[in-house]
Amino acid sequence: MRHIISILLENEAGALSRVAGLFSARGYNIESLTVAPTEDPSLSRMTLVTRGSDQIIEQITKQLNKLIEVVKLIDLVEGEHVERELMLIKVVAATAEDRNEVKRLVDIFRGNIVDVTTTTYTIELTGTGDKLEGFMAALADVKILETVRSGVSGILRGEKSLHI
Amino acid sequence: MELSGADILCRSLADEGVKYLFGYPGGAVLHIYDAIYRQDKVEHILVRHEQAATHAADGYARSTGKPGVVLVTSGPGATNAVTGIATAYMDSIPMVVITGQVPTNMIGNDAFQEVDSVGITRPCVKHNFLVKDVKDLAETIKKAFHIALTGRPGPVLIDLPKDVTADKCEYIYPENIDIRSYHPVTKGHPRQIKHAVEMMLEAKRPVLYTGGGVVLDDASQYLVELAQKLNFPVTNTLMGLGAYPATDRQFLGMLGMHGTYEANMSMHHTDVLIAIGARFDDRVTGNIEKFCPDARIIHVDVDPASISKNVTVDVPIVGTVGSVLKDMLALLAEAEQPAEQKEALAEWWKQIDEWRAMDCLKFTQGDEIIKPQYVVQKLWEITQGDAFVTSDVGQHQMFAAQYYKFDKPRRWINSGGLGTMGFGLPAAMGVQLAHPDETVACVTGEGSIQMNIQELSTCLQYSLPIKVISLNNRYLGMVRQWQEFFYQSRYSMSYMDALPDFSALAESYGHVGMRIEKPGDVEGALIEAMKLKDRLVFMDFVTDQTENVYPMIPAGAGLNEMILV
Repeated sequence: MRHIISILLENEAGALSRVAGLFSARGYNIESLTVAPTEDPSLSRMTLVTRGSDQIIEQITKQLNKLIEVVKLIDLVEGEHVERELMLIKVVAATAEDRNEVKRLVDIFRGNIVDVTTTTYTIELTGTGDKLEGFMAALADVKILETVRSGVSGILRGEKSLHI
Repeated sequence: MELSGADILCRSLADEGVKYLFGYPGGAVLHIYDAIYRQDKVEHILVRHEQAATHAADGYARSTGKPGVVLVTSGPGATNAVTGIATAYMDSIPMVVITGQVPTNMIGNDAFQEVDSVGITRPCVKHNFLVKDVKDLAETIKKAFHIALTGRPGPVLIDLPKDVTADKCEYIYPENIDIRSYHPVTKGHPRQIKHAVEMMLEAKRPVLYTGGGVVLDDASQYLVELAQKLNFPVTNTLMGLGAYPATDRQFLGMLGMHGTYEANMSMHHTDVLIAIGARFDDRVTGNIEKFCPDARIIHVDVDPASISKNVTVDVPIVGTVGSVLKDMLALLAEAEQPAEQKEALAEWWKQIDEWRAMDCLKFTQGDEIIKPQYVVQKLWEITQGDAFVTSDVGQHQMFAAQYYKFDKPRRWINSGGLGTMGFGLPAAMGVQLAHPDETVACVTGEGSIQMNIQELSTCLQYSLPIKVISLNNRYLGMVRQWQEFFYQSRYSMSYMDALPDFSALAESYGHVGMRIEKPGDVEGALIEAMKLKDRLVFMDFVTDQTENVYPMIPAGAGLNEMILV
């Protein structure tokens, strides 16, 4: 099953490689991983998407908790949560027909065109992984030049929060 | 007054109560070695190879419970130390390792003797630090000792660039430290402990299966009290030997791959397994599918990640072994052992004694060739079971574990988890330094001893009267045994040709050498060696080349599927 592990960790050099090293050393898989500082500059927030049986996920959370730099963590899929991913996608939009079609799809998916040339559009789109993939599928007739995805970020719904 | 980083390091170690620093100098640590020269609080022990420094510190830690401390230079100094760090990590031994590093402005430039020590050791330390500012140094050292010693203990590495050891700042050693992300659990959950005690009192065929955690937490007395109060049988893992007195009636011997018949059969038939400070290692469980088929399992461990890692348990208890055992004893003080259980235990002991009657460790010592078991057994008799025994890895290690009956904890010093050949002699140095008046025997083989034999020189320098008991069968015995059993006796690279005359070699290092070839000479030689209180004696026992370690559970088999002879 897919799990989204949300981690507060010390914003220190090496903390990220400790997490990544743990996953490779113990043979766990990482589907995506994002990390950036929080409103408290001494802390980073990491969102890590992984798959595994309940037993493996239990081991992953226990092993992560053992890392000295990990302050706190939760598995977001245990409760109600919001997850979002940002995608930037550059497509060929050279003909009037293509430009119209892409613009229409971007509107339907509530994305933004953030950069335009005479032959390309660069689109910004936010949503769940399913939505991003749905958008790419809708672009089937358009030539995609490149895609950049941020990986999943997630947060608990309601008043509960992950903080120290 | 402002001090240099090098002086701060020495002062911090002294303030931390460090007596011995095991190390080897080099370019990146020259400022530190100069600071060592100018102080007299911490004694530096100069080894002959950095791996030996880590093993010596490890032996010191295992035999005392205090952290072992190591100082090596950057690059090859650090990489040589890695084997010893990994050894300590696998067996949860508290250790602080200081590695020199190239100056901060050269890090990442492929400078001379530069290696990413923090990166290389990350998977085999409990934690590590790179100190980039001398102002952080004292606090980092305090943190390192705190992390190494608390929770599940382990090695912590501090990488110290050369310029930081020259930079100066005010020295203040913190009294206390709080790391917000690190608060290991100590007390077990009261409801879980109550649940466990209830389950223990319902057991008909209980077994206490205990490991290195009991030794590390100095909790032997509570284990003994618990076992004897309830009349439960006890088996120890390789790492746990000595936690329960081996000569006691309730002790079943070691369990696992080379465990006793009675220990493994009891494990297979138990209905309530009480695992304490043990981690269900594959050498203990055999085939997981066949492990303890009828048992409900209670597991006490300070490391939550050790619980339900290999075997799913029914009652997990996270806490230090000593604290949980004390809580269990407090509950048991108020409870009456049910008469039903007493009856069931009488039956259980009857069954166990039948298994015990198989006498699975019996061997016959003839007149011609020395049996390795015989040497260990005589060593046990002559030292009255009271020596510190270190070992290397292989057949001799198993013979030592099986035939030396440890009645006290911290006397059996071996590399259980990583299985590091070359561990025994340097570990013995650390043990002997910590216990100058005690007998320290290093049971080894002609293969293992050659992996760190250069330390005979260190032993001479510091007058360490270790008794090296080498069981020399001219084979890498355990490799040979597996090749005999599982590779149709194709002895690929397991034969040790071109061996030195070990006795003469020891003599040339300034020690006493003996070569013992006849069974009749074993006892006399051991007695003579033990009389040489202030000398290292290297005893080269020429042993049976074909002897195997029994019982044995082949890989993939269950604990009830032992090969007995």
